[in-house]
Amino acid sequence: MFGKLTLDSFPFHEPIIVVTVSIILLAGLAVVAGLTYFQKWGYLWSEWLTSVDHKKIGVMYIFVAMLMLVRGFADAIMMRTQLALADAGNAGYLPPEHYDQIFTAHGVIMIIFMAMPFMIGLFNIVVPLQIGARDVAFPFLNSVSFWLFVVGVVLINLSLGIGEFARTGWLAYPPLSEATYSPGVGVDYYIWALQISGIGTTLTGVNFFVTIMKMRAPGMRLMQMPVFTWTALCSNIIIMGAFPMLTVALALLTFDRYLGMHFFTNTAGGDPMLYVNLIWAWGHPEVYILILPAFGVFSEVTATFSTKRLFAYSSMVYATAAIAVLSFIVWLHHFFTMGSGANVNAFFGIATMIIAIPTGVKIFNWLFTMYRGRVQFNAPILWTIGFMITFSIGGMTGVLLAVPGADFLLHNSLFLIAHFHNVIIGGVVFGYLAGFGYWFPKVFGFTLNDKWGRRAFWGWLVGFYVAFVPLYILGFMGMTRRLNHYDNPAWHPYLVVAAIGAFIILGGILCQFIQLYVSIRDRKDNMDVTGDPWNARTLEWSISSPPPFYNFAHMPNVEDLDAHWDNKEKGIAYKRPASFEKIHMPKNAAAGVFIGLFSVGLGFGLIWYIWWMVILSAAGILATMIVRAFNEDVDYYVQVDEVARIENAHHDVLEKNASSHPFVTQV
Amino acid sequence: MKKKTCLSLMKASGLLAALFLSGCDDWVLMDPKGPIGQSGKSLILTATWLMLIVVVPVIIMTLVFAWKYRASNKNATYAPKWAHSHAIEVVVWFIPCVIIGVLALITWKTTHELDPYKPLESEVKPLHVQVVALDWKWLFIYPEQNIASVNELAIPTGTPIAFDITSASVMNAFFIPQLGSQIYAMAGMNTKLHLLADEPGTYMGMSANYSGSGFSGMKFDTLAMSTTDFNAWVEKVKAAPQPLEKEQYTELVKPSEANPVAHFSSVESNLYQSILNSYGSYCQSPSATALNSHEALNSKAGEEAQQVSMNVASEE
Repeated sequence: MFGKLTLDSFPFHEPIIVVTVSIILLAGLAVVAGLTYFQKWGYLWSEWLTSVDHKKIGVMYIFVAMLMLVRGFADAIMMRTQLALADAGNAGYLPPEHYDQIFTAHGVIMIIFMAMPFMIGLFNIVVPLQIGARDVAFPFLNSVSFWLFVVGVVLINLSLGIGEFARTGWLAYPPLSEATYSPGVGVDYYIWALQISGIGTTLTGVNFFVTIMKMRAPGMRLMQMPVFTWTALCSNIIIMGAFPMLTVALALLTFDRYLGMHFFTNTAGGDPMLYVNLIWAWGHPEVYILILPAFGVFSEVTATFSTKRLFAYSSMVYATAAIAVLSFIVWLHHFFTMGSGANVNAFFGIATMIIAIPTGVKIFNWLFTMYRGRVQFNAPILWTIGFMITFSIGGMTGVLLAVPGADFLLHNSLFLIAHFHNVIIGGVVFGYLAGFGYWFPKVFGFTLNDKWGRRAFWGWLVGFYVAFVPLYILGFMGMTRRLNHYDNPAWHPYLVVAAIGAFIILGGILCQFIQLYVSIRDRKDNMDVTGDPWNARTLEWSISSPPPFYNFAHMPNVEDLDAHWDNKEKGIAYKRPASFEKIHMPKNAAAGVFIGLFSVGLGFGLIWYIWWMVILSAAGILATMIVRAFNEDVDYYVQVDEVARIENAHHDVLEKNASSHPFVTQV
Repeated sequence: MKKKTCLSLMKASGLLAALFLSGCDDWVLMDPKGPIGQSGKSLILTATWLMLIVVVPVIIMTLVFAWKYRASNKNATYAPKWAHSHAIEVVVWFIPCVIIGVLALITWKTTHELDPYKPLESEVKPLHVQVVALDWKWLFIYPEQNIASVNELAIPTGTPIAFDITSASVMNAFFIPQLGSQIYAMAGMNTKLHLLADEPGTYMGMSANYSGSGFSGMKFDTLAMSTTDFNAWVEKVKAAPQPLEKEQYTELVKPSEANPVAHFSSVESNLYQSILNSYGSYCQSPSATALNSHEALNSKAGEEAQQVSMNVASEE
């Protein structure tokens, strides 16, 4: 009846897990009770869960990403404390079978369920507004993508309380991940969480590619797109190229595990090296998927807060595109030590270091954007400056690892761990948090408290260096990754310092949440009445904050790279339109939610071999898709008087506040 | 109260000083004991210095520009429309290109020099060691001496060691940091590594690739010793109570953690080869030795293909 699932599958004997799961369940109950008490279920359903509005989907993505940041960071703190304790014959408090799940979950959650949704959330919120579109190209598909991603989140978190998660490392190399060596459900949780959410990501890639190619405002040529949109375009092109490879690699591993095939097994002609190639052929482009949009954020932030045009826009665009292309031909640098010949290794090493050229150019371009500007030191620009310094160091250690002769010594060591956290924290996380602070007022209509934002920055920055400089050193001391305990006394002090660093980062994360709390509490004092709190340059700042659900009452006409700035200079920004027209908009759709629900059943059934659940869920998904396909009531027109009411209300506020906002001189 | 703070401050700074003074003895990669490790170390240092040529100015410029052009400094030039300069763009593309160009040349050269498959040049006849990664211990077979040991690798100094490496389980990486390069150990595949120890000593060796729950205990001591001492060690092992036959190997291959050192007085002939072959090549027949397919491949695609395609077992 329940396949492999029995009472023994629940880890009652693990006190850490029991406490964690109880807390999660209690918090979940509190949320349900709260929603019921305040009668907010209907609001949640119609305004959020079934919404196809890109802005709301973006907010939901980032909300889940923040929750997953907490989950992934809890894993990080546990690993660091374990290693600070487990020296000289001490076992620490986490036995290998638990610890190995934690480092696997940490990697998967931080990359797939924290960084990716944070990035896609930013795409959703920003891209349509920056290109002057009313929504993405396929709003319903966008909702489906989001819910498929949530399915992955649900599955990976179910593994905490039901069964176990993979103990293979975040890329689940076979033969360790094959049924012979990992007979439990851990790897199956891994496979289905990644597979289902990965399909959502592929759909997102298609959606945003079409959105950017086809839905730009009249007049906006490709070389007039804001840099963030450019990076989003390149990132989505990489997604379309890379994620199908992940899908195939996972599918083949699935065939091995479920159907006894031999793609990657040790025996019967299987070849684990094939998997390693396939997974990195996705995995390396994946890190560029993440970092390019962060580069985009820094470009917007630097230009806006230096009150100056971005230096060398076309250089920036070509550098981005070059990185996107190169990202596909460097994957082998993740396994120089597999024994390829010197020619092969040298080729991939040199291809990798060539990426440093366009990346270096970008850093110089941000530098020369600040040069002769007026730099305002608020949290987003601090993240940017912190990034430029930190990422330069991370780039340097990355190029070092790209030299095969050096990699033979540093591969899989804590030096490598320090390197990729250096670029992912210093690049991706700093970038997304800068973007979070920068675009928050656009979405919610009030600015974030800058004091707590700066505190969060310092926590992250100082914490990063305290946590990861020791790891660089430990790499030179010969310490490899994924050790559960060790007896080398020289390593211990560094691991203690690294643990202290992790707690400093925790302080930074707490400041981030305090910032959110304080900002919401004091929102009346920080309202963004103009829609343009930063005196910014691109189209999203030309409309009210939060934007009306249709974004633009009139399609903007674009004549310059900094379209909004250009309009401000010409004196045509903030003008009250003389007339309005009706607007064609998509209707909410519940089908995405249902596809998500059935997909949870599908994934869970497959993981536990509960075949009736698999069949029912698959039928449910198919039925939902058919019903949706025959539903022709999917769009409507916003009538002229409603548009006029919303727009006039915004312009009334604008006029009232014009005097206190000097750049709104034209009103 | 103040005294206490002072004291803890002193303690903290003492800890920091100890960290840095404990210094290079523990930085094993910076304290190599053989030519491969030595080349790796100087490669790391050269590449780092080269990159610092760009990285240090960038960091300084970031801080200087941000400070000089802060909004409150009204004396600084403000050019809000200035966004293009051919001179600067040429420089910012050119400098990284030059540095990466130089680094690429170094990379091409050192990748070939440090190719783990390349035998070391030496007057001394190399010692051949076969390495098998097991769950979760290392088996070292000395075919010429017809002995084997678990979790202890003895090598004579000044003698090139030619390793053949495989796994009888999942993927691992064979790594002795102070001697130099690491390489993966994979079932049914034979990887090669050439190392040499210059001076006697005990050097830590380990698996550098996570292989499951016993991974943390999967380490061994590398005992580098004079040739006389090595010969004595060989004699000692030959005097060990048990040989390594099918029976003992079947016992050894079972997963076990943090194994103590074990010695075997003799080794079943062709044990390494049979471990390699037990995973089967692409041919169906288990009796078809991988050596045959190796030769077939060799005649087809030559030396280069042999090296790239390691799923072909080779035993030369």
